[in-house]
Amino acid sequence: MTDSAMTPDEHRRADEAATGPMLAADGRPLKASLNRALRRQKLRAMMLIAPLLIFVLVTFIAPIADMLFRSIENQIVSDTLPRTTTELAEWDANSGDIPPPEVFHALFKDMFIATERKAHTRLGSRLNYELTGVSSLFRKSGRRVDDMGEVYQDQFEDLNGFWKDGENWSAMMGSGSWLSAMGDWNGNKDAAQPIFEARGDIASTLPETTAIYSEFASFVLSEEDNVLTEDPWAVVYAALYDDLANGADVSGLSGNGAAELQEAAAAVAAFETVDFTAAFADVDEDWHSIQVWETIQTYSPNFTSGYFLNAVDMQKSPDGPEMRPENQRLHIMLFGRTMFMSLVITFSCILLGYPVAWILANLPARTANLLMILVLLPFWTSLLVRTSAWKVMLQQQGVVNDTLVWLGIVADDSRLALINNQTGTIIAMTHILLPFMILPLYSVMKTIPPSYLRAAKSLGATNWTAFWRVYFPQSVPGIGAGSILVFILAIGYYITPEIVGGTTGTFISNRIAYHISSSLNWGLAAALGAILLAVVLGLYWAYDKIVGIDNVKLGG
Amino acid sequence: MADTNGSDAFVEFDRVQKSYDGENLVVKDLNLFMPKGEFLTMLGPSGSGKTTCLMMLAGFETATHGDIRLDGESINNIPPHKRGIGMVFQNYALFPHMTVAENLSFPLEVRKMGKSEREEKVKRALDMVQMGAFGGRRPAQLSGGQQQRIALARALVFEPELVLMDEPLGALDKQLRETLQFEITKLAHDLGITVVYVTHDQTEALTMSDRVAVFDDGRIQQLAPPDKLYEEPENSFVAQFIGENNTLEGVVKEMNGDKCLVQLDGGEVIDAKPINVSAAGDRTRVSIRPERVEYNKDRLSPDAHTLKAEVLEFIYMGDIFRTRLKVAGAEEFVIKTRNAPDVERLKPGQMIEIGWLPEDCRALDA
Ligand SMILES: Nc1ncnc2c1ncn2[C@@H]1O[C@H](COP(=O)(O)OP(=O)(O)OP(=O)(O)O)[C@@H](O)[C@H]1O
Ligand SMILES: [Mg+2]
Repeated sequence: MTDSAMTPDEHRRADEAATGPMLAADGRPLKASLNRALRRQKLRAMMLIAPLLIFVLVTFIAPIADMLFRSIENQIVSDTLPRTTTELAEWDANSGDIPPPEVFHALFKDMFIATERKAHTRLGSRLNYELTGVSSLFRKSGRRVDDMGEVYQDQFEDLNGFWKDGENWSAMMGSGSWLSAMGDWNGNKDAAQPIFEARGDIASTLPETTAIYSEFASFVLSEEDNVLTEDPWAVVYAALYDDLANGADVSGLSGNGAAELQEAAAAVAAFETVDFTAAFADVDEDWHSIQVWETIQTYSPNFTSGYFLNAVDMQKSPDGPEMRPENQRLHIMLFGRTMFMSLVITFSCILLGYPVAWILANLPARTANLLMILVLLPFWTSLLVRTSAWKVMLQQQGVVNDTLVWLGIVADDSRLALINNQTGTIIAMTHILLPFMILPLYSVMKTIPPSYLRAAKSLGATNWTAFWRVYFPQSVPGIGAGSILVFILAIGYYITPEIVGGTTGTFISNRIAYHISSSLNWGLAAALGAILLAVVLGLYWAYDKIVGIDNVKLGG
Repeated sequence: MADTNGSDAFVEFDRVQKSYDGENLVVKDLNLFMPKGEFLTMLGPSGSGKTTCLMMLAGFETATHGDIRLDGESINNIPPHKRGIGMVFQNYALFPHMTVAENLSFPLEVRKMGKSEREEKVKRALDMVQMGAFGGRRPAQLSGGQQQRIALARALVFEPELVLMDEPLGALDKQLRETLQFEITKLAHDLGITVVYVTHDQTEALTMSDRVAVFDDGRIQQLAPPDKLYEEPENSFVAQFIGENNTLEGVVKEMNGDKCLVQLDGGEVIDAKPINVSAAGDRTRVSIRPERVEYNKDRLSPDAHTLKAEVLEFIYMGDIFRTRLKVAGAEEFVIKTRNAPDVERLKPGQMIEIGWLPEDCRALDA
């Protein structure tokens, strides 16, 4: 390679190879000391923008992250029904059989605890999104699980009065250190109540009882009641029965309650038991419906694609995702409508805004400023007022229809329906978003010197050719910027479609608002929002690919 | 305007007036006749209405009064895109969203020319301005001089008969300017096109043009070939505006044919040639070019009137000497002498006598 054929970069590399990297005055490599100097500068600059950065992170990024998380998060099922979901994992929905008795047994315990915590209705409404009827099923069952537990409670209490008293229970279940800590706390209630700690030998012999009693203790604690004196839930008796019936060896125990436990261990064999499978069916036949169990099983994992599937009108089924029945499909239609109407609105904004911006850009500065105020005027009026004004203008007996009738363009008995439908939304939103189109267009057009048009005409172009071949291409960045602004604003618009859209003119955002404030299905709202965000980013990406984002100008 | 007449004029301004605001006339009574193939330069100070004239000719402004004719037909009847006038704008106005080749191809496309013919012409036009290798570039990727050449090529590619150029070299450095001045004149000559060229650089005007129209205050002050303009200015504005010039003020004392005597305000009497003074007693401003002033007594006729002068400054400029004198109370009197072995080098403070041939000293309007 001859010297002259080398690029500058190759030259530099060749130099480095010969003499090593360039050194600064103090003998360090030049690059390193430059980086060091720059780093200090960058750090100082970062400190200046830190408040803003933190503000943006906290108020903008964090909510979006939270929303994205909510759209897949589904811990409520496994949190509320931990035992049931574990047992249910083995069950095969396709077998056609209802789940085995262990599942119902677990359901009883979970449902009991959830009912005490009043968590069962929340789970009911969550699962109701997936299968209607679950909500009432859960509510009904919550009222009845107490009866099931009492069967065991009564038998223990009949056996020995010892079991009736909450203080006996806590003395039996609690560890020595916890009991003494509780003694101290009893003397001075200002301090926080110590957290329950199970007695070691009891925990190893009666694991199920310990687990449920611990849950009971932490619930009592959270209610700020005294764990020492509170009578345990009926489900604790049922758990004790389970432990003893499973052959727990209590003979080696000593201390509080040891004698009573040994007595009970001998007696449980004769206890009356509850057939939970039948008991739940007795509460509601639906507990023997495969579909209910299928739903619970499907939504047991901590994370679910269910919200997203719902957001695109699909649902989970044992054979993987499938489309929802025809009459339940809604979201794809709404997304399509939102996109379509946003496009129409963007297009009308271009159509109306382009000539206005052109006139503004070509008028003398004084007149242009005056007209600019007219363009900006809508910004100074409340959005609600503007939208409501359109309601007045466009209704059947409104100004527009009156004028058309007066002019004889439409007959009095066939007045146009301009409001509470798509037409209304398009008209009102075009008006509201128009400034966002005009402003970038104006500032781009302002930078196109009139000499280009003159040059084109002097070269033989007609007015139209000069405009279309020379002026228009140079204003495209303004159209791009305006369209992105208007389209993105339109796609997430909520108030105007809500007021003037009726049923056929509403957007996906109205559905999101409904799920956030009325149905409280935040997961679905989050999934819809996430899809909307993805669509916008996707369009942005497509725009960048096709037109190039460098071609977007908000000003000179 | 003796060398042209209205009948064979290609471009014709007939008593044209123009006002933008309805109060001030920017162009006042403009009359101009141009034959085919002429290179005419409009020269004048800023704001004198040069661009306005060009814009009226191109059809982007309409004359308030009067008529502009192109090849005998009134321009008002022809829309701008049908006039076939090539134009080079002051800021080039190359379309930024098109490549150089597309820029050049544009006027051919709007004329519905076939693709192969277009490519051929574009290539020829690019070669003509020695920019053949730059067809694929965008205007923003070119230097000022290169953009200028492209603008020129674009104005010529559709073979217009008339090309208008509005200070096309205004933004370029001296050397590039001189090269392009030469190239433009050569091209115009070779292609036989008629050119109206606007500039406020007098050297450019003098070196390039067949005729120069000196503009001031909305009027053509003088329209003449460069040599006549320089040597025979018709009024004191032209004399001042073109080249370096010494002026002295006084009153006409005596008229005799193509000579006259002028008594300067200081009392001295000098010889002059009357240009636009008519009778004794008229106030006048006489104009003498620095290189026509003589201080070697032997070269002056014996009866010539002379003036006493004090040397203030002597500047050695290589090929010439430039000497500043104090003459008749004025301290800005400059003479230029060729650097020759026999020429005396003056010293500041030295007293000399200066004089000139009567025909070199023109008595103009005051
Ligand atoms: N569009 C316009 N509206 C109003 N006045 C104008 C307009 N264009 C030019 N003028 C005025 O007309 C006068 C002549 O302008 P013109 O542009 O013709 O000058 P010019 O000779 O080209 O000057 P320059 O050498 O600076 O380009 C100026 O006083 C200018 O202020
Ligand atoms: Mg000008």
